[in-house]
Amino acid sequence: MLPTTIPLDYYLILSAVLFVIGTVGVVTRRNAIIIFMSLELMLNAVNLTMVAFSSFLGDVAGQMFVFFIMAVAAAEAAVGLAIVLALYRGKQTVYVDEVNIMKW
Amino acid sequence: MLFAIGAIASAIFTITRRNPVSAAMSLVGHFFMLTGLYLTLSAEFVAAVQVLVYAGAIMVLVIFVIMLLNLGNEEQLTERVNMRKTFGALLGTLLAAQIIFMVTVKPTGMNELSKQAAAIGTTESIGQTLFTSYLFPFEAVSLLLLAALIGAVILAKRQLQ
Repeated sequence: MLPTTIPLDYYLILSAVLFVIGTVGVVTRRNAIIIFMSLELMLNAVNLTMVAFSSFLGDVAGQMFVFFIMAVAAAEAAVGLAIVLALYRGKQTVYVDEVNIMKW
Repeated sequence: MLFAIGAIASAIFTITRRNPVSAAMSLVGHFFMLTGLYLTLSAEFVAAVQVLVYAGAIMVLVIFVIMLLNLGNEEQLTERVNMRKTFGALLGTLLAAQIIFMVTVKPTGMNELSKQAAAIGTTESIGQTLFTSYLFPFEAVSLLLLAALIGAVILAKRQLQ
């Protein structure tokens, strides 16, 4: 076991910073693929929180959740990228502000 | 500490690069930094799965799609609507302020890893729990992955219009 002196709060702050970076990425970018990558950033920030709590509280449930989040993230990435492909075929663009078929 | 700085730097690179390929590469770097962080939390299984699933599977998928769509064009990427950028900065600051306020105003005061931390991070303990108390969610997730697989194939095959 690695002896650690890093307090839990530092992990939480780091994870908060990463989550915010992901949010800013989702809001500011136009490229749908980069928006997906920012979503992965946000999911990873949450995963970090889960693992940190799991290790500090000595409870395996947090790591189980991370496992399930990873599975859902993989499913989301597969479906999302398929949608991007379909979109590109129909519209020749991956920029989200040029796609307005669902806008009223 | 090193991993934390690396993680933040590569995350910022990911959302600022214009070229999607270099953004994807920074994201791979980010995943490896997170792996290091998981190891400092003595969560070996999660660290290994992080590399396999994220840095392996998901990023290969992302890069494959980028290559397929041929997005390297720089002049197409003259992006940024200014209002969107301002809104993003505002939202980001707000969110950061909220979360960091929550964490700092009420510190958890936990400075040491739990004694069982190394024991629960192993593949053995994860597997033990996964196939006993989390058996139903496990099966549900496998079904979800199957559905996602079929959905992805159908979506990618069909024409949009």
